[in-house]
Amino acid sequence: MIPVNGAQEQEEHEAHRVSGGLLDPKQLIESLPNAVRKLDPRVMVRHPVMFVVEVGSVLTTISAIRHTSVFAWVIAVWLWLTVVFANLAEAVAEGRGKAQADTLRKTRTETVARRLTDWRPGASAVAEAEIAAAQLRLGDHVVVEAGQIIPGDGDVVEGVASVDESAITGESAPVIRESGGDRSAVTGGTKVLSDRIVVKITSEPGKTFIDRMIALVEGAARQKTPNEIALDILLASLTIVFLLAVVTLQPMAAYAGAEQTTVVLIALLVALIPTTIGALLSAIGIAGMDRLVQRNVLALSGRAVEAAGDVSTLLLDKTGTITFGNRQAAEFIPIGAAELAELADAAQLSSLADETPEGRSIVVLAKERYGLRARTQGELAHAAWVPFTAQTRMSGVDLTEDGEHHRIRKGAAASVAAFVVQHGGTVGPEVDAAVQRISSGGGTPLVVAVHPGSRPARVLGVINLKDVVKHGIKDRFEDLRRMGIKTVMITGDNPLTAAAIAEEAGVDDFLAEATPEDKMALIRQEQSGGKLVAMTGDGTNDAPALAQADVGVAMNTGTSAAKEAGNMVDLDSNPTKLIEIVEIGKQLLITRGALTTFSIANDVAKYFAIIPAMFASVYPGLSSLNVMHLHSPTSAITSAIVFNALIIVALIPLALRGVRYRPSSASALLRRNLGVYGVGGLILPFLGIKLIDLVVQFIPGLR
Amino acid sequence: MTPTLAGVLQALALVAALALSYRPLGDYLAHLLSSPKHLRIERVGYRLMGVHPDHDQPWLGYLRSVLAFSAVSVLFLYAFQRLQSHLWLSLGFPAVPAPTAFNTATSFVTNTNWQSYSGETTMGHLVQMAGLAVQNFVSAAVGVAVAATLIRGFARSRTDRVGNFWVDLTRITLRVLLPVSVVFAIVFVASGMVENLHAAQQITGLAGQTQSIPGGPVASQEVIKELGTNGGGFYNANSAHPFENPTAFTNWLEIYLLLVISFALPRTFGRMVGDNRQGYAIVTVMALYWVVSAILMTIAEWRHEGSALQAAGAAMEGKEVRFGIAGSTLFAASTTLTSTGAVNSMHDSYTALGGGLTMFDIMLGEIAPGGTGSGLYGMLVLAVITVFVGGLMVGRTPEYLGKKLGGREMKFASLYILTTPAIVLIGTGTAMTFKAEWSAALNGGPHGFSEVLYAFASAANNNGSAFAGLTATSTWWNTALGLVMLFGRLLPMVFVLALAGSLAGQQPVPATAGTLPTHRPLFVGMLAGVVLIVVGLTYFPALALGPLAEGLK
Repeated sequence: MIPVNGAQEQEEHEAHRVSGGLLDPKQLIESLPNAVRKLDPRVMVRHPVMFVVEVGSVLTTISAIRHTSVFAWVIAVWLWLTVVFANLAEAVAEGRGKAQADTLRKTRTETVARRLTDWRPGASAVAEAEIAAAQLRLGDHVVVEAGQIIPGDGDVVEGVASVDESAITGESAPVIRESGGDRSAVTGGTKVLSDRIVVKITSEPGKTFIDRMIALVEGAARQKTPNEIALDILLASLTIVFLLAVVTLQPMAAYAGAEQTTVVLIALLVALIPTTIGALLSAIGIAGMDRLVQRNVLALSGRAVEAAGDVSTLLLDKTGTITFGNRQAAEFIPIGAAELAELADAAQLSSLADETPEGRSIVVLAKERYGLRARTQGELAHAAWVPFTAQTRMSGVDLTEDGEHHRIRKGAAASVAAFVVQHGGTVGPEVDAAVQRISSGGGTPLVVAVHPGSRPARVLGVINLKDVVKHGIKDRFEDLRRMGIKTVMITGDNPLTAAAIAEEAGVDDFLAEATPEDKMALIRQEQSGGKLVAMTGDGTNDAPALAQADVGVAMNTGTSAAKEAGNMVDLDSNPTKLIEIVEIGKQLLITRGALTTFSIANDVAKYFAIIPAMFASVYPGLSSLNVMHLHSPTSAITSAIVFNALIIVALIPLALRGVRYRPSSASALLRRNLGVYGVGGLILPFLGIKLIDLVVQFIPGLR
Repeated sequence: MTPTLAGVLQALALVAALALSYRPLGDYLAHLLSSPKHLRIERVGYRLMGVHPDHDQPWLGYLRSVLAFSAVSVLFLYAFQRLQSHLWLSLGFPAVPAPTAFNTATSFVTNTNWQSYSGETTMGHLVQMAGLAVQNFVSAAVGVAVAATLIRGFARSRTDRVGNFWVDLTRITLRVLLPVSVVFAIVFVASGMVENLHAAQQITGLAGQTQSIPGGPVASQEVIKELGTNGGGFYNANSAHPFENPTAFTNWLEIYLLLVISFALPRTFGRMVGDNRQGYAIVTVMALYWVVSAILMTIAEWRHEGSALQAAGAAMEGKEVRFGIAGSTLFAASTTLTSTGAVNSMHDSYTALGGGLTMFDIMLGEIAPGGTGSGLYGMLVLAVITVFVGGLMVGRTPEYLGKKLGGREMKFASLYILTTPAIVLIGTGTAMTFKAEWSAALNGGPHGFSEVLYAFASAANNNGSAFAGLTATSTWWNTALGLVMLFGRLLPMVFVLALAGSLAGQQPVPATAGTLPTHRPLFVGMLAGVVLIVVGLTYFPALALGPLAEGLK
């Protein structure tokens, strides 16, 4: 669990809008050699649209050599540039990942593992052998002491240690790892800062977390995702249609007496096929994964990122995600003649010896709300502290003032009532009513009573302890609802408490008194209705549910079992991040869709540039299609091709960053994106081609 | 009444009549395509055919039935024409030559009704009635049947069954096409259409010249010619012939009949998928194209630029005076947008831009509202493409009516939109390459090219109308266009059925606020845009060399 203070909370809310890093122009230059290397046809053939452009470039070049002219060479050069720019987009996206991978590699130095040959639980003297970390096998036990690097992924089976995980999380504060429980997983490459632990290795060499992370950010493990494949098919078929349109145009043009040169036909083809999206498609995918990595989330497959965009049900653990995790004192309710100040004072005094988070929150509430300074146990003389125990279920203090014993107690209603009755007092119906009211509101009532020496004991009032819902979480659920995502709160609380918190946090539904089986059943039920479910989890008992969920985000602090079962790992172990993951998934798809629309819409202007240029000489009427009033046929075609190439470079930052995404309904998103990328894609090339033509017309040979 | 007012009133009456039939006809078709009950006569038929009417077929089985039925139909029709001289009512005509018989057989089986012959001098009454007219019924029914499988693909879930071809075919023919045809045939006879089994009669006119007046069972075939969006005329002059389309009223009724089923099918779609708004969205896009096309075409013909037309007062060349400009353009827009291909005026004689529009209408892929059934499935495939792009733009795996559009679905949809343009462009390109075939075009220059382009567009899209300047009776043309019609009809059907099967197998995803709504105006606009861009971009270069080169001054 991460400590959350006001500032960070604020920051989290600000970070709400998904955005990515900016593009450094230096990256473009650095990636250039890689972009040129990718011209290898064996590599290009994986991108059908750009492969067609490359073949076109070759043919144009041959044609330019045979019948040399300024126009042919200009077109040939710009076609090659189109291919290089496309490769550049991919190279830049990969380059960003490589930088991260290099940092990771540095941590994976040749670590020496101290393997315990015959470790059994409780064994004291065990033989030890030093081997290279790469030789470790599944199930080996190793010992790691302060200052040493943990040689591989595993679970702590003995001891407790503080571990520096900054190598993978970037978080400098050390974390505690101990055997048993949900904080037993350690990652290879991280460093033990104190103490000594025995780790059971749970991953094969070469398949450790860091290895996978490196493969991931380098894009080596990247496979095309289902939506990418579907889009590829559409783009390929558009390419084929335009290829046919251009190939069959030649005999038609010949009939008209306007046979075209290879250069012009290829220029038309390249202008028409969806090069913009074809060039940026793989960069968009790589950058999408990269955005996740930047947020310290590791997706183990691209498919999972896409699924995140499709999620329609989010299962959120109450503790840590929706609430801070501890019940905190929220109000003091005086009973009978008791004054509020008296109650607050008594509540604080009785809680000074209570070291539980709940107890501390009472002290804080008394201080913040009622201005009572938190006294330390030492400053009160003659005080006998009564700590909270599971048997008494009360804590308190016995004060001796003027020789009179003054007992103050705070605890569970039944225990305190018994205390009052035992000391001659009575518990009025008012108390029961207050207790009942708090319970039904989802809070935990703590009764405060005082027994002032000779007089009978009496109840001063009731403290309302309740789960405090994180600030701003309600707005985010509101956003999710607008996106069409249903939120379900998972809690071990009773239904009454759960309902109250669900109401306050604004979730759509809740699962109270949830067991792992219940979670599993809920996921199955949602899935059987065709919904995609996302959840977070950290414990071993979450593993089956994480595996069943379509998007299972395991906390890095969680057990190895949980991390194996999920398809994403959050290195910050912040369950609220699930919402961001969903947004990144959506943004990835939106970027693809928006650029596809843009790319296709661009064709209209290119037709108006090229068709009159090709045929106005034989059919003068067609020059009325030259709405941009381009200077000459050659300048028109050149302008269209130059625009086509430059737009790729211009859109690289957008492809890497992703289009702007704000949580809203599908209708609102469609309206916005259709307006910007559809209508914009229709208009922009008219302006762009005209502007380029204004420059190009001055080049001798293109007039 | 001015011609303008007459035109507007005709169009408004047409819109009103179509709007009135939208719900009852659409609902009736939906009932027909989903009811488990069979008529007694149907049961007898199924028993004779050896069909289990309650067993639905998987898409591949359905496809096999469609292909088998089409193959048998082509062979039968071919044989029928070749043997007609040995049969009754041949009127003494000889056997139809093999290339023409092949072309005609594929033409009628594919619902194209391209005619490289002239009816009154080639076909006997028996071939017309028992051969061609039968195909007019069943080829229309096949289109609706295939559309039904796609609707079922959306409506059904987790099944590999898309329907029973034989049941669909039987019901549509028997319970829709036949009864409507009988009723309107009587109306047509009453309106002056001929209906007899006479051979041509030689009449001596007042001036002493002899004239040959052909007879024939015209009225009975005229209804299904329009209702089934077939368009194959009994006479060569088609609906311009006074026996086939005697008055302005029959003209109006013919337009209504050729539009009515295609415009009602979106209702059937909405009904069967359980959301009538989806039907309204689809029909709106169809209506949009139809209305805009009719208006533009009328304007193009009315403006009649050029000295000859100015002198004549209107672009009336190739048009019938009894229909006027509006009656002709309304017919032309409707017949080219529905894959009917019947004509009451000669598209070849239209102004360059008006004629270009008839060609563009056909190139849209016969989807607004398109052929019976084929219009709906064509539009739905384009809707799939639109949803895919739009769905990505809202950040989800695209889904249409709860069905995800993944690689498999996009493969079939892409192949569908690829097929027809490929056939048209390759066909035209090939024809232009074999220079000898140019001579088939009556005119030179861009108009001659338009005639060739129109022929391939018409055949591949199963329209069947022609820029009549083209003489397409040679073996080359008969064979080329016959193949084009066959591929243009059957290949898209293969992809539609495969798509239907793929969709039916899916489990639906429930709609949420994050789902792209497919019934709102925004989607309607986007779909209309996709139709225009996908088609416009594909054919723009070819159109530029034909009608645009001719029409832009």
